[in-house]
Amino acid sequence: MAGEIQNPIIRVRDITVQFGATRVLDGLNLDVKRGEILGFVGPSGAGKSVLTRTIIGLVPKVAGSIEVFGVDLDSSSTSQRRNVERRWGVLFQQGALFSSLTVRQNIQFPMREYLRVSQRLMDEITMAKLTMVGLKPEVAERFPSELSGGMIKRVALARALSLDPDLVFLDEPTSGLDPIGAGDFDELVRTLQRTLGLTVFMVTHDLDSLYTACDRIAVLGNGKIIAAGSIADMQASQHPWLRQYFHGKRARAVMS
Amino acid sequence: MNSDPKLERIAKGNALALCATGTWTASFAPVLERMVADAEKLAGGPQSIFIDVSEVAKLDTFGAWLIERLRRSLTQGAVEAQIAGLSANYSSLVDEVRRVRATPVVETSTITITGMLEQIGRAVAGVGGTVAGLIDMLGAVLAAGFRVLIHPRAFRLTSTVHHMEQVCWRAVPIIVLITFLIGCIIAQQGIFHFRRFGADIFVVDMLGVLVLREIGVLLVAIMVAGRSGSAYTAELGSMKMREEIDALRTMGFDPIEVLVLPRMLALVLALPILAFLGAMAALYGGGLVAWLYGGVDPEAFLLRLRDAISIDHFIVGIVKAPVMAAVIGIVACVEGLAVQGSAESLGQHTTASVVKGIFFVIVMDGVFAIFFASIGM
Repeated sequence: MAGEIQNPIIRVRDITVQFGATRVLDGLNLDVKRGEILGFVGPSGAGKSVLTRTIIGLVPKVAGSIEVFGVDLDSSSTSQRRNVERRWGVLFQQGALFSSLTVRQNIQFPMREYLRVSQRLMDEITMAKLTMVGLKPEVAERFPSELSGGMIKRVALARALSLDPDLVFLDEPTSGLDPIGAGDFDELVRTLQRTLGLTVFMVTHDLDSLYTACDRIAVLGNGKIIAAGSIADMQASQHPWLRQYFHGKRARAVMS
Repeated sequence: MNSDPKLERIAKGNALALCATGTWTASFAPVLERMVADAEKLAGGPQSIFIDVSEVAKLDTFGAWLIERLRRSLTQGAVEAQIAGLSANYSSLVDEVRRVRATPVVETSTITITGMLEQIGRAVAGVGGTVAGLIDMLGAVLAAGFRVLIHPRAFRLTSTVHHMEQVCWRAVPIIVLITFLIGCIIAQQGIFHFRRFGADIFVVDMLGVLVLREIGVLLVAIMVAGRSGSAYTAELGSMKMREEIDALRTMGFDPIEVLVLPRMLALVLALPILAFLGAMAALYGGGLVAWLYGGVDPEAFLLRLRDAISIDHFIVGIVKAPVMAAVIGIVACVEGLAVQGSAESLGQHTTASVVKGIFFVIVMDGVFAIFFASIGM
């Protein structure tokens, strides 16, 4: 475990992902350090979600290696992989809540699988998680179809956090939320990161999130990371897309 | 790094300290819960109690909550149990957990006799609703049909052709194969039993009448209900789930006109074609078996067939096809549009679509049988 502290939590090397003839990721390298919130940006269709899905193993890669918590996911045994999966949580873009289960059952689903915990404790922890993500306890007995978009995101985050993971992947967590809701969500991610000591890998389009929530930013373009660093580094960059992104009209509005 | 959690009791003068040590995380939850339950019994004692967490090696939400649970049950009246020795790392987590309200009571439904009777009652009353829903949809489809007749440009030809391909053209191989096999089986069974009376040749009569009047169209209708009715329900249902139908409505389109009418029309045109092909395949299969197994050579088979059946038999069969198609289509579309938000609901309605579709097809077949008998066809 000692080595893990120095080594990055996620270590992506020379990843290539191809769909048919189109190469989406081309020899991409990326490190995510323990305890940081990494914001991951790039133009639409650049492959941000593809990279996330590749790391969590939903999209097959042509070449390269991925290490999470120091475990190479290709050469790991099933139990090792299980162990890694138990330590990460994923928030999908659309929430991906199980539509036939209530909010409470959704949050308890991973607990039931991985932990041996009494029903009473599970119920109490569910309430704790709901409170943490800023929802009222009454929501627990509702079905996903009875929730608003923002509530779905929050419940999905509560589910992603239900096993107290060390690492969470957030795929556009603030998209589809109103600016105040999005601001709250950024705040929430920050608070949770502090209280739970999380490492956060956040795909986002939201400039506000980048400014308020992220410690470090990585930019994807042409299947590679074109820049990585603090927000100041991004603003200083001469890359045309970055210049447009961080010095455009909206960016100026956010900064002022 | 992970060490078993412990909760030690140390008396300090008038006060009692509960010293938590080790790893207080989810993996140790059962042990932790037992320890906390034990310690909770100390409540009501004379001493003041505080919980010392300075030696805790690792804490997560589960551990923090259990400490909070202990604190709450040890707190009595004005005397609050304190948590001491909280490191900066974990204090925010404990604060977070402290905000949690007590669990609301989860209502669990219990099965009672009155509850079961109520369910039966509701199901019976629901039958009326189902029929009303079908009639409602029939009316809506007919109204949309008339609108399209008046404004032919509103007709969605591309969509109709697409559904024709899905429902008719792509169904041909499986329909032909199955009806062929059924024709073979009818002929084989007929020959096997009729042979005892020396009435082999009458198998041709049986095959012709049965296939053209009943089995051909009924079998094909059942298969179409299973194959295309379910597809319609699933398509419309998932569109409903993803608010696509609401989107159509807000753009000023009538979902019945855009989605239901082309599907209905495709099905109404497809089923007679499939029923005809199915009947031919069944006759061919039956003829083949009659020849190879029963020794009735093809020429004799055809001669006998010409004598045994008339065009009436064929008409009786084929007239039923569009009506059955309409029933299947209406049931499928009603069920599809009744889907609620969940995947489970989609499954239930798709099942209901096939079950009701087949049920109504058989009911319709019975009604037709009575009708044709009374007009002497």
